[in-house]
Order: sequence, then structure tokens, then C-alpha cells
Amino acid sequence: MVTPTASWRVETRTRASSLFIVAAIVIVVAGLVAPAFIGRGMLRDLFFILTMLVLAQSWNLLAGYAGLVSVGQQAFVGFGAYTMFACVSLWGINPVSAIILAGFAAAALSVPTGFFVFRLQGAYFAIGTWVIAEVVRLSLAQWKALGGGTGTSLPSGATRDLAIVTWIGEAFGVRSSHAVDILTYWLALVLAVLAIGFIYAFLRTRQGLGLAAIRDNSEAAGALGVDAGRLKWAVYLSTAFVTGLAGALIYVQTARISPDAAFSVIDWTAYVIFIVVIGGIGTIEGPIVGVLVFFVLQNMLADYGSWYLLILGIIGIVVMLFAPRGLWGLFADRTGIQFFPVRRILAGGSSSSKSDAS
Amino acid sequence: MIWLDTIVQGVLLGGLYALFAAGLSLVFGIMRLVNLAHGDLIVLAAFLILVLVTTLGLSPFVAILVAAPVMFGVGWLLQYHVLNRTLGDDILPPLLVTFGLSIVIQNALLEGFSADSRRIPAGGALETASVNLGQVSVGVMPLLTFLSAIAVIVGLKRIFYATALGRAFRATSDDPVTAGLMGIEPRRVFATATGIAMIVVTIAALYLGTRANFDPTIGPARLIYAFEAVIIGGLGSLWGTLAGGIIIGVAQTVGAAINPEWQILAGHVAFLLVLLFRPRGLFPRATD
Repeated sequence: MVTPTASWRVETRTRASSLFIVAAIVIVVAGLVAPAFIGRGMLRDLFFILTMLVLAQSWNLLAGYAGLVSVGQQAFVGFGAYTMFACVSLWGINPVSAIILAGFAAAALSVPTGFFVFRLQGAYFAIGTWVIAEVVRLSLAQWKALGGGTGTSLPSGATRDLAIVTWIGEAFGVRSSHAVDILTYWLALVLAVLAIGFIYAFLRTRQGLGLAAIRDNSEAAGALGVDAGRLKWAVYLSTAFVTGLAGALIYVQTARISPDAAFSVIDWTAYVIFIVVIGGIGTIEGPIVGVLVFFVLQNMLADYGSWYLLILGIIGIVVMLFAPRGLWGLFADRTGIQFFPVRRILAGGSSSSKSDAS
Repeated sequence: MIWLDTIVQGVLLGGLYALFAAGLSLVFGIMRLVNLAHGDLIVLAAFLILVLVTTLGLSPFVAILVAAPVMFGVGWLLQYHVLNRTLGDDILPPLLVTFGLSIVIQNALLEGFSADSRRIPAGGALETASVNLGQVSVGVMPLLTFLSAIAVIVGLKRIFYATALGRAFRATSDDPVTAGLMGIEPRRVFATATGIAMIVVTIAALYLGTRANFDPTIGPARLIYAFEAVIIGGLGSLWGTLAGGIIIGVAQTVGAAINPEWQILAGHVAFLLVLLFRPRGLFPRATD
């Protein structure tokens, strides 16, 4: 019998991940100063990529880690967006504060909806979330002050007259509409970094370990005292918050809302699912790879209308059947590289052997 | 007598929802698979019937005799070659693959038939014909839909409990490994079950397409109605599914009678209320 010596320790860091932290900081700093060098078109593309990444990361936490396959996340995108619109158009709150409020509103909405959908298991949970999204959409379509079924636009000056937008406009020497794009892009970048940081930090905590344990063997995890119900609630609530923030931010930039667009299952759930599945479900790297692939495909196939979704759907099915861990899974299996390691590794000691203890 | 009329219309509409739901219920009962493309397969079958009716000049009731075997084949091949690969303890693969399939079918139909609304012509007289039942008069087509739903449920129950195939279904559902030892090949049994579900889907498509307009994007909403009917009825109970369909149908017609914008919402609210007070449905049988 080998007694563990002090030189053994449990680590989650790998060499690749330590290098990656440096690279990530460089990428984020480059992202922050980018508006000085790139045009509006590219700014909008990056905004799209970043917001889809946030939605993908939060869906990935929900489905890939907590096993809660939702096809109703558009409920929180739309509700966040509508809350932001109500705050700005009806109550005169400034759009940036309204985004934060929208996040809390989406989290608040998830309490009653969770109460219903957690009564359903597995696949029925999925369709239950969809029903909830439909109910929220149909209810908000009755809100005549926000345009009912046809929707409405943000008051024209709402974002342009913000002090920070004026400041950005002067600092970069650009017109106010361009300055709004810079602001929303920055917010998207901050949101993406915070969302990924939050998810990564969460997965490295004891609760995150508990989540992985439930995924691998829920009975054994329960026997060790992991409270699956509470953890799933926590994930459902926090992803609703992040999704609501992203929804509100997207519609600050779009500045026009309608129930059909804000609660679109294609835009806010189907795309997100394909991003995560193609990139690699159950990893943080997966959605990042997925969103880039998705963006390239979208640009390549932009002129082909419904062929685009058709091809995306087929790729999604093929990946799920033959490479269920996605592109990142294929890459990581061959190279062993992990940028966001959450697996506990027993390291050090007298021998160089390493064993997994995830 | 406007309310009585509304409720009768709702009950008959419930027959259509029960038809949507019967195939879903059958597949779930045998292999614990929830097919998110179910609604889109109904729409696919409706387009198939439409093509047969418009190009060959067949009556829709003759056209389904051609469409049903084709859809059986589609279901059999889909299950045998694609969906069987997804079965297992992990719920992700079947959900994500059938969700992908739903998007693929929708967009393939959009590409082939455009987004225009269509309707299957049922032959002038039948569409408008109605019969007097005491105080209310009901359309022949809605009545036929409801009677077909009952016939489908009776037929499925007969297959389940009075044939060798049904015995294979029940055995595989209980324990696929032991069923395999008895000479049953679960993969083929599952394929046959999905094939039969597609025949039910074709019947549902006939009434979907002749009663109202349809276009390639309406599948997911039909899936949701079917799902609500299944949950309200209680998993595994076919008669419960009919009851669930009727509840959704009545809630929708009553909601629409109060305010046309509330039609769909009223159906969903009825579903949520049942979920709140009877989370296992009205006639629960299965344990999951």
C-alpha cells in the first residue's frame, strides 16, 4: 500500500491551459482596442459572434453539464429583450442599466417556469421549455404598449444620447450610430468574458464537480450527498440570467423588436444548439470553436436561403451520430490539449504517472 | 346554443390532436424515444398527399392508401438507420438528432414547396357538408377526424394486445435484451413501430391538410399540441391521449370564442394547469 506523500497534489491546471491564459488575455485586450482599427461591418460581425457565443455557452452549461436539454431558451432571450424595451421606452431608464435589469427579470421569470418544467423529465423537459417559451411569446404579444403582435422600435435618441456614446463618438471621431455599435460590441465582449469566466469558475468549484458527478452517475453522486435538484435549479436560474442579459443586449443593438423575432426558436435555440453540437458539447472550448465554424458557414451559404439551415441540420445530425463530442472533442482526443481544464488531475509524487480523478 | 356548439367543435378538434399524439405516444411507449421531428413528419406526409392529389388527380382518401406505405418505409428506414443509433441511457443524442431532423425537414420542404400556404382539396361537397346532431350541426370532416382518431386508438390497442407483433412490442419495451434472447431483434421491432407511427402520421396529415391551410413551418406547433395531449392524458395511455387532445381542443375553441388572439394561449394554459395539479396526467399508467 502506498501512502500519499505531501508531494502529491490535485491539480486542474495543464501546461496548455497556463499558456492559454496568457493568450486569452492578449485576445481580450486586442478585442477591447479593436474598434479603433476595424470598420462597422466587422464590428457588427464580431458583436454577432460574441452574443451567439454567450447564448451557446449558457445553453452548453444547461444541456452539456446539467443534462437539462432545453429547446425553450428563446423564452429568456425574448423576455430579456422585452424587459429592456419596457424599461427604456415606457419607463425612461437608460439602455445599459436596462440590460442589467433584463437579466434579473429573466432570472425572476425562470422561477415560475422552472416550477413547471422541472415536473417533466428528460425529453419532456425539452418540449415543456418550448411550451413555456410559446406562452411567454403569446402573452407578450398581447402587450399593446410595446406594439402587440407587430412589435415596436426603441425611441430614436435612447442609446445615441447616452453620455458614454457621446464620449466614444468624440474619442474615436465617429458618428453616434457608429459609437452605439462600438458600445454594444464592448458590452458583448465583456459579457462573453464574464459568462465564460463564470462558467469556468463554477465548474471548478465543488458544485461544479458535483454537476459532473451527477452527469456521470446520478445515483452514486446522490449517495455521496450531491443535491442534484438544487444544482439543476441553480444552473437553470443562472443560465436564464445570462441568456436574458444577452437577449437585452442583442435588442439594444437591433433597436427593433417583435414577438416572432425575439422568441424565434430558430435564431435563439436551433442555431445555438448547432453551434454547441458541432463545436463539442460538454466543453467550454466547444462553443467557441462552434461559433466560429457557424459564422464561416453562414457567410459561405448566406445566398442559399433555406439550404443553409438544411446543411447546418445535416452537419448537426452527422456530428451527433459519429462524433458526439464535436470538433473540439476530436481535436482534444488526439492532442490531449485542454484550454479550460475542469478535470482534477493527481500530479507530482515520486513517479511521473498521472491518473485521472475527475 | 353558441357555447354547446363551441364545445362540440373543440371536442372534434381534440380528435385531430389525438391523431397527432398517437404516433408520438406509440414510439415513446416502445422505445422511450421522443421524436422532436414528429410535427414536421406530419407536415411532410401532408405534402406527400398533396402531391399525389394534385398530380395524379386522386381523391385524398385514395391518396393515403399510397402515402401510408411510403411513410411506413420512411419511418422504418429512419428508425433502422438513424434513430436506433441514438438510443441509450444518454438523452442528448435522440433529442439533438431529432431536433436536427426537424430543421432539415422544414427547410427541405421550404426549398421544394416554398413558404406558401396549401390545402389538400377534399372534393367540394365533403368539405362543406355537415350533419345535424340535435341542437348543433357538425361538419362531416371534423366528425370523420374524430371517428378516425377513435379507430386509430382501437386499432393500435388491438395490435398491441392481440397480435404477435404487439407481444414483441411489449416484450422489447419491457426488456430488449431478454426479448433478444427470445428471437426478437429489437432494432427491427423499433423500426416497425416507427413505421406504424408513420401510418398514423399519414392519417393525421390527411385531416390536417384537408381541414385547414398548412405550410412547411407549422410542424413544431403540431408537435407541441401532440405533446400536451400526451402529458395531459398520462404517459402510456392511448385513451388518455384522446382525453388530452379533447381538453386542448376545447380550451382552444373556448379561448378563441372569447378572444381570437387567445386561441393557442388558452390551450397552453390548460396544459400548464393540468401539469400544476396532476403532474402525472389524468390517467397515468407508465412510471416514466
